[in-house]
Amino acid sequence: MDLRRSMLFIPGNNPGMLQNGGVFGADSVILDLEDAVAPMEKDAARFLIAHALQTVDYGTSEKVVRINPLDTFAADDIKAIVPCCPDAILVPKVESAADIHQVVSMIAAVEKPGQTPVKIIALLETPCGIAEAYSIAKADKRVVALSLGAEDYTAGLGAMRTREGNEIFTARTLVINAAAAAGIQSIDTPYTDANDEEGLLADTKLAKSLGFKGKLSINPRQIDTIHNVFNPSMSDIDWAEQVIHAIRKAEAEGSGVASLNGKMVDLPIVNRAERILHLARLLGLIEEVK
Amino acid sequence: MASISKTAQAGTLESSDVMITVTPGAKDSGIVIEVESIVLAQYGEDIKAILLSTVQKQGIIDVYIKAVDRGALDCTISARLLAALSRAGAVLKEEML
Repeated sequence: MDLRRSMLFIPGNNPGMLQNGGVFGADSVILDLEDAVAPMEKDAARFLIAHALQTVDYGTSEKVVRINPLDTFAADDIKAIVPCCPDAILVPKVESAADIHQVVSMIAAVEKPGQTPVKIIALLETPCGIAEAYSIAKADKRVVALSLGAEDYTAGLGAMRTREGNEIFTARTLVINAAAAAGIQSIDTPYTDANDEEGLLADTKLAKSLGFKGKLSINPRQIDTIHNVFNPSMSDIDWAEQVIHAIRKAEAEGSGVASLNGKMVDLPIVNRAERILHLARLLGLIEEVK
Repeated sequence: MASISKTAQAGTLESSDVMITVTPGAKDSGIVIEVESIVLAQYGEDIKAILLSTVQKQGIIDVYIKAVDRGALDCTISARLLAALSRAGAVLKEEML
């Protein structure tokens, strides 16, 4: 399981930010060729990102590049970026499985022999994209996550974007459900007011409670808050360890059914406990399987 | 040999960046490099070496390059020069991008 609690956007034509992108501790850095780059500077940003991918140390952060939409500069972006071995491409404004098939064929055409296959994260930010979420998630094995872009989506709805976010509730749950059904991750839209820490905390807690596995981020200051929310708490870990202990004890006694504090422990509970412990181990919160 | 057909520029004067201007040189004028940098005393020769290496790998021989550096890393200098050359009409070798 790849950890994508936080995915931090870095403007693609800003060398100072590109070279420092790895110091913030985000699980993923998204080197951005789309909204953060003016149309006349797309060419220069491609050169910068291509060189950064090959020379800048991004530490443990996954290296993701957001390309431009398929109907603009996506082909030029993929041709320049994919041979430089990003871990994944974030494709904006995906609206159908056919869009994914088109991106996959463009990536495959320029990957170098022996190169680790470049993954795809689909950014759904139109009503059509949300409506097609499951077919997009299942379109190709390279697709490892769906993410939600709420600003464009809300504009497409003709609704106002609000701090509470009621207008994106349906989109959020559709993205989460489609991703879960396809067995991939779902990543929430960024919280765009970088100065509103309380709002970020509440929005991130809501995202986690709905089932998102991580959140896009537009400012390094947001990363700690996002991680704190998505990290399993010590009580989560204690509960998960008790569940695993209970089921193992039951198995040793020849029973497939266990109970914990009077509640039945069945397979979905065990799976949830194992996911919590796996995440805790990845984060170094516990040392080994108990 | 590759060549450029017009003057072009890439980069900015922001911190950690470099603004590079390339101009076609007269035949047999060679590669002429001029560098302004906030770290000229420490890294001026290194910057020139990166510029020279990058342009030579593209096979461009008659060109004037001016770089105004604001503390750019090697990879940024190379990327900005390639962008400027591309904008000036050079057909770049893909394996060097």
